[in-house]
Amino acid sequence: MRAPFSWIKPEPHGIYIEPADCWVDPSRAVDHALVTHGHADHARGGHGRTVATPETLAIMELRYNTREGATPVEYGETIRLKGGVDATYIPAGHVLGSAQILLEHAGERVIVTGDYKRREDPTCPPFEVQKCDIFITEATFGLPVFCHPPIEEEMAKLLDRLRAHPDRCVLVGAYALGKAQRVISELRRAGHKDPIYLHGAMEKMCRLYEEHGVDLGELRLVADHGKDDMRGAIVVCPPSALNDRWSRRLPDPITAMASGWMRIRQRARQRNVELPLVISDHADWGELTRTIREVDAHENWITHGREDALLRWCQLHQRRARALALVGYEDEDD
Amino acid sequence: MEEFAALIDALVYTRSRNEKLRLIAEYLQATPDPDRGWALAALSDGLDFPAVKSSTIRNLLKDRIDPVLWTLSRDFVGDTAETASLLWPAPEEPPSPPTLSETVGLLDAMNRKTVLTELPLLMDRLDASGRYALLKLATGGMRIGVSSRLAKTAFAQAFDVSVDEVEEYWHGLKPPYPELFAWAADGEDPPDIENLPTFRPFMLAHPLEETVVDLEDYAAEWKWDGIRVQLVRAGGETRLYSRSGDDISATFPELLDVLPMNAVLDGELLVRGSTQGGEAGGAASFNALQQRLGRKTVSKKMLAEYPAFVRLYDVLLLEGEDLRPQPWTQRRERLEALASRLPASHFDISSVVEAADFEHLSRIREGSREDAIEGLMLKRKDSPYIAGRRVGYWYKWKRDPLLVDCVLMYAQRGSGKRSSFFSDYTFGCWDGDPDKGADLLPVGKAYSGFTDEELKKLDKHVRQNTINRFGPVRETEKKLVFEVAFDSVHESKRHKSGLAMRFPRIHRIRWDKPPHEADRIDALRALIAD
Ligand SMILES: [Zn+2]
Ligand SMILES: [Zn+2]
Repeated sequence: MRAPFSWIKPEPHGIYIEPADCWVDPSRAVDHALVTHGHADHARGGHGRTVATPETLAIMELRYNTREGATPVEYGETIRLKGGVDATYIPAGHVLGSAQILLEHAGERVIVTGDYKRREDPTCPPFEVQKCDIFITEATFGLPVFCHPPIEEEMAKLLDRLRAHPDRCVLVGAYALGKAQRVISELRRAGHKDPIYLHGAMEKMCRLYEEHGVDLGELRLVADHGKDDMRGAIVVCPPSALNDRWSRRLPDPITAMASGWMRIRQRARQRNVELPLVISDHADWGELTRTIREVDAHENWITHGREDALLRWCQLHQRRARALALVGYEDEDD
Repeated sequence: MEEFAALIDALVYTRSRNEKLRLIAEYLQATPDPDRGWALAALSDGLDFPAVKSSTIRNLLKDRIDPVLWTLSRDFVGDTAETASLLWPAPEEPPSPPTLSETVGLLDAMNRKTVLTELPLLMDRLDASGRYALLKLATGGMRIGVSSRLAKTAFAQAFDVSVDEVEEYWHGLKPPYPELFAWAADGEDPPDIENLPTFRPFMLAHPLEETVVDLEDYAAEWKWDGIRVQLVRAGGETRLYSRSGDDISATFPELLDVLPMNAVLDGELLVRGSTQGGEAGGAASFNALQQRLGRKTVSKKMLAEYPAFVRLYDVLLLEGEDLRPQPWTQRRERLEALASRLPASHFDISSVVEAADFEHLSRIREGSREDAIEGLMLKRKDSPYIAGRRVGYWYKWKRDPLLVDCVLMYAQRGSGKRSSFFSDYTFGCWDGDPDKGADLLPVGKAYSGFTDEELKKLDKHVRQNTINRFGPVRETEKKLVFEVAFDSVHESKRHKSGLAMRFPRIHRIRWDKPPHEADRIDALRALIAD
């Protein structure tokens, strides 16, 4: 007799599904990969065959310039892999195209969440709770100090600051995939109709979101405009450009950063951030623990992030858990 | 308390000095008494609540959250007060925050027992931001990049009074400073501080540079290499203040019972020795004084090995008489007369340097390096003693700096306006013959001495020649030579080169000079002053 769940193996470079000879989010090129979403720590180029949602495949095509071996799967769709393994893609609520992958084999159910959050996000469908035997969860913000405030509060902070300084601009550092588009969408939802200016590195991803039906309103490129046009405007750039020479072309920018890490003052100060916006596409502590409770799996496997605290929580709440030491997961998207 | 918490948060994230001033000034204008007085105290000297310790906070939290989760969180956040403010369970009722004064009153009334029940009640009345401000306030160290001087400057700005006048009254008053606000904000009489041993702002000097003065009108004194201090006796108490007005009395207890009359004296704090000005000068090098600085308690051994004394420059107040409006010559006469009444063990008087003319004085100054003296002071004979720096009254005429050629090794981003530039430079000298494979050893760090244009070029150089990155620091290709000016160099165990420069700044950027022609450590070592 086969031992239960021996068909699924956490390896340093990803989750290996033995009967299907296939990997979930491998951190190096493999023949056959199931990819949860387009962030670089989950989606690498160079796989022989890549199974992902059409949105994730489009993102990967934009980033790695190849569509070879792309196999699209819609949300809710199940595909049959070799060796009698079924894979179903379920919304994860993290970024455009992000999915949890439900793997079923011999009557056993395993979910790999990739990254996820439980908050509402106008750029992607919400996380769906599905019952399973093994729940493989991320833990990027797996410490009880992390509690992301309602996004409306953070938008109000941003817009208040903008109005208080009509001669300056607010420069918002946000990851190019997901965070930037969510911040722009939320600004629109908060009634901000002015053009929003983009760092050149953001343009293509924003266009891709628009092509997938996400309305971002009027976007302009910083490179096409002079300082005076951008007074009183919001400018969005990748975090790496915040303190870069590039920002010298802006009108006396107020430096903001949209990230879950901004909850910690020292983190914000390290980045020279004047206006920290606590906005994250990952589950905070409350969401992580609530999800573990709701999914109610027989066992929880905890991947990249602060595993120790979540492991401790599981122990305190009599839930079986183990930490997986996966390599190469770097929080591209905090 | 919400307003105070919002101010603290805003200050945490503000780098610009002007913006900090504006934030504090606006708060002081908009906030009623006595809240604003407590805030000013918290921002300047800090408040002391002995019942609340970091360990108190830890213990409170460990009763409310699993100790393992607490420790993991504390290690990640890096600050006990902040961790506690984030982890504190949100109260079920919407919080009804206390005022800042109420908070201060409650904290003050706590003792080591009651704190365990009283502090949680206070925490329950605040949100995360309020809890952070509360815990920072309670444990006495705000550490938000606001100096005492900055807080006072903001106060002066808020009510359009002079910061020197604020300094004049400051040390005689206690939080929440009702007299100070009554005077500055409501136009009442200034506080009465005559019988208090308070700090009076210093008169400062301009660099002489190209100016030539007539020795008919100016007197010359040595500029000793110690620290400028003010010794004050009033109301039966003596205090010693540093140039910034910090009370350093506890560090130099031997000076606290040697002044026999009420007076405010200006002088140089030195340690007995023979380095400066030879045997006759009677003072040790700055390095010797450094052994005594920054200590909260002083051992007998320290007192014996490095005995401190004050070399007097000026007298501001004497036995109830304010001498500051009088010309320097008259104050000098009073000082000389006074000196004979002071114990020679702890006082002497900085002598006037006699010279036939400016030329002659210039030659005397050049010789001052051998005597390890910083240079000369030139004081206009009719100058009153006025707080701050006034053009034309006092000049400092430092001996020419020492120069050495160094090679740029590392660069780091500046802060504030310079945060997008690599503007802080670490440079080194060769530890031997560079053509025979010797390495560079860092000898100093500088972030001044260049123009904005030069800064842009240096920034570009760093970016184009980066060979390594360590967080905010870039290691550069070792190819750019700086001519570095500095006042002196001393032995130092803290640096790998064993040397530490005093006041290094970039004198010239030698784009033209090949790095192997830069100086060696030995050349620098030969310039050691002690
Ligand atoms: Zn992600
Ligand atoms: Zn991730």
